[in-house]
Amino acid sequence: MSIAFGQTLRDQQRELTVFRSRLFLAGLGMLVGFGLLLARFTWLQVFQQEYYHTLAEANRISVVPVVPNRGLILDRNGQVLAANYSAYTLEVTPSKVADLERAIDDLETVMEVSPRDRRRFKKLQEESKNFESLPIRTRLTEEEVARFAVNRFRFPGFEIKARLFRSYPQGEIASHAIGYIGRINDADVKRIEAAGFTTNYKGTDHIGKLGIEGAYERELHGATGSERVEVDAGGRAIRSLSRSEPASGNNLVVTLDLELQKVAEAAFQDYRGALVALDPKTGDVLALVSKPGFDPNLFVDGIDPQNWDTLNNSPARPLNNRALRGQYPPGSTIKPFMALAALEYKKRTPEFTISDPGFFSLAGVTHRWRDWKKEGHGSVNLHRSLVISCDTYYYQLAVDLGVDAIHDYLSRFGLGERTGIDIEGELPGLAPSQSWKWNRFKQKWYAGDTVSIGIGQGYMLATPLQLAAMTATLANGGTPVHPRLLKAVQNARTLEVTSVDSALGEKIAIKPEHLELVRSAMVGVTSAGGTAVKAGAGASYTIAGKTGTAQVVGMKQDQKYDASKLREEHRDHALFIAFAPADDPRLAMALLVENGGSGSGTAAPIAREVFDFFLLGKRPAVKQALDPDT
Amino acid sequence: MIGRAFDLFSRRLDGPLMATLALIVALGATVIYSATGGASVGRVLDQMRNLAIAFAALWLLAQVHPQVLMRLALPLYATGVALLVGVALFGDVRNGARRWLNLGFATVQPSEIMKIAMPLMLAWYFHRQEQGLRWKDYFVAGLLLAIPAALIARQPDLGTAILVFASGFFVIFLAGLSWKILGTLAVAGGASLPFLWGMLHDYQRQRIWTLLDPMQDPLGAGYHIIQSTIAIGSGGILGKGWLNGTQAQLDFLPERHTDFIFAVFGEEFGLVGNVLLVLLYVLLIGRGLMIAANASTVFARLTAGAITLTFFTYAFVNMGMVTGILPVVGVPLPMISYGGTALLSILAGFGILMSISTHKQLVQS
Repeated sequence: MSIAFGQTLRDQQRELTVFRSRLFLAGLGMLVGFGLLLARFTWLQVFQQEYYHTLAEANRISVVPVVPNRGLILDRNGQVLAANYSAYTLEVTPSKVADLERAIDDLETVMEVSPRDRRRFKKLQEESKNFESLPIRTRLTEEEVARFAVNRFRFPGFEIKARLFRSYPQGEIASHAIGYIGRINDADVKRIEAAGFTTNYKGTDHIGKLGIEGAYERELHGATGSERVEVDAGGRAIRSLSRSEPASGNNLVVTLDLELQKVAEAAFQDYRGALVALDPKTGDVLALVSKPGFDPNLFVDGIDPQNWDTLNNSPARPLNNRALRGQYPPGSTIKPFMALAALEYKKRTPEFTISDPGFFSLAGVTHRWRDWKKEGHGSVNLHRSLVISCDTYYYQLAVDLGVDAIHDYLSRFGLGERTGIDIEGELPGLAPSQSWKWNRFKQKWYAGDTVSIGIGQGYMLATPLQLAAMTATLANGGTPVHPRLLKAVQNARTLEVTSVDSALGEKIAIKPEHLELVRSAMVGVTSAGGTAVKAGAGASYTIAGKTGTAQVVGMKQDQKYDASKLREEHRDHALFIAFAPADDPRLAMALLVENGGSGSGTAAPIAREVFDFFLLGKRPAVKQALDPDT
Repeated sequence: MIGRAFDLFSRRLDGPLMATLALIVALGATVIYSATGGASVGRVLDQMRNLAIAFAALWLLAQVHPQVLMRLALPLYATGVALLVGVALFGDVRNGARRWLNLGFATVQPSEIMKIAMPLMLAWYFHRQEQGLRWKDYFVAGLLLAIPAALIARQPDLGTAILVFASGFFVIFLAGLSWKILGTLAVAGGASLPFLWGMLHDYQRQRIWTLLDPMQDPLGAGYHIIQSTIAIGSGGILGKGWLNGTQAQLDFLPERHTDFIFAVFGEEFGLVGNVLLVLLYVLLIGRGLMIAANASTVFARLTAGAITLTFFTYAFVNMGMVTGILPVVGVPLPMISYGGTALLSILAGFGILMSISTHKQLVQS
């Protein structure tokens, strides 16, 4: 007990009073503080609850697109030309990886990463935005998937994904017709946006680029579904909340006959060139060859730069679809049409005969247009002019018809206009006329220009597809065909098949006897004494055909064409058009062998193999590769 | 026999405090289980071990007579300051902060010691001024407070510095520092804010900026606050239910079993849970204030008052930062957050409170 000693000692009672009042204040402060917090809780959890609930749901629910299966592409007999398979890929999002090079080096301790994979990835990376998920390895084996899964923690930004891949089981066969799919690039994105399909392409990485794949992208793609997925903060899917199924793309049945296509491609051996075989009644494209081809499978997971360079820079230009885009002088294959024009325009009678000295000359022009046969063919009427392919006859005829009449008549068969085939990239060829030359070159048409038109040279150009369509028109008696590749569309879910109607033009009025004259002359071409006797020899059916040769380099007046003395790429292109059986044509075709020399030597035998298979089911014997010089 | 042993065991424990503490700690274990994924009891068992140690410390301190504690105040404080100086000179750097000191046999975080040493020291200092408290005494007390607080803030550990500062400040406030001086200090403090701003580390400044506008940096510094606010707000009145918080269970909440555990609690138990927790805290603090009001010596009442109010500061700062009304400073939610160190100093504080509460009849002066 202390004793009060005046003011120097502490006033215990006063201090206690002060303490208690301060304590009371602190207690009040506490209540105010907690009151503040409770007000905050109430604000967040009662008044703002809906807002934050929405944010929390947005956090946890992610709507992911479910990519539809791409439709299959089948040939007319149901053989698969393009299919899908599911495989694991290892994908990486470059923006999520600090040192990508090192990460890929590390990856090699887990799975093989070939130089090709690296090159391909590098190319992809250059073409994409770095927040996109890009495949570094495709088609992982089960073992690789397992090994990566164990080491996954070492590779942030890398993810194994199960994806559907496109495969082209036929490889190079019909590659130009089928086309391929490739990764969607900026230009594709713009087209998708313009068409208003952005939503439907969410989650889709690939798009048809060429051929059927490109032209019928909308049919093949299908409708993208969606899935509401609960995700964690790392974006990993935890569970599915609801799902709307995608609708698979439609299966496409194309007009191609895979077996026929194979035979046709094999018949070309190592030659470059093109062949188009049509059903003359419908315009169905039964075979569409452009050689060399390419393996569309290379494009599926992104082509690597080395393969791309090879394809793109090869002088043989394998990516060029020669059937649609190769514009060649039709050469003598134009003669049947010229003959028909002559008869229809009454410029020639079947009996009219010329005496061929081996050249043709125009009054006032020193130039001599030479026949392919230097000494001439002697007396030649219309039938013989086709059988032996007399040039002089057609020089004279062209002059007599005049270029504009030739233009008008050949245009009816489709020369100079796109056939309208249902894949992209077709070029129109050229049926020259006076006004064309004036518009194009601001030059007057000279009489001399007309002469070589008569034998399909000069300004005249045609694509193999065009020649095939013209041949089909001739074969069916004058109804212009519009070649098409799509035969039918099969709904992937209902399996219901909708056939595509063939599009035929308005029938050209041709006198039946005129048609018969030309047809029998074309049969003569493949018979004894004709230029394509090799094509018809020993056939149990009749072939109506016409050979052609298109010059690649011009010859001097007195120069003799000698294939063996010319560089291969300067040798003539060999052409052949034909239909068979001649009296009831089931197949019409045009084919071109680049630098193949003569139509009769290299082109016609290819046609024979195709006809034999199509009409008789006869497969050619396996041959040794022929030396084009022999 | 058993009854007697229990009596002996619980003789120095405060019933209401123990009951409330037990309830909060049980709640804490429940939330930790949920916050660590709800799939394993590993963290919960760890926390049980922490709790056992902390409750042992509580029981031990409750047995110690306040006069013994008073004699320990200066040595404890001196040791604490010495260790803080040691940290500043030789401390280990972890996560960019120098907080730990390796003593050879153990690694300690001296700032935690100060949470207890600071109120003891100042209460002891005020207690021994027999001539009553003059301004000089407050000045010395202010120095005793400022030095360790500044050392801790420099580590930097803003959260602990705030708590240590608060514990000392409450002693001075309760001792009766005049309102004039308090007012002057408040004005001076306000004036020195720009200066303090200059002393803050970049990440601390960032945290303050982010508090003012979390959307400024939604994926960086603002992410914590945005996600915890979403969690609590979306919990609504009744909560999403235990183990059902989407923000918590799907990893959207960072640090969700430590400093941000209140977001998990608020999301899963809603406003109802929050009110319950606040009520438990109010009960605890109310009881602490009663003990302080009835304590028999200057030392005892100042210590009890400061410990209780520091506990309030803990809870208030943590809940304030998780709900986005205070800056994010590293302060855990007392007795709920996972972690042993803070738990130990908090329950040690309650041990002292209980000692004061149960020894008062014997020290009537």
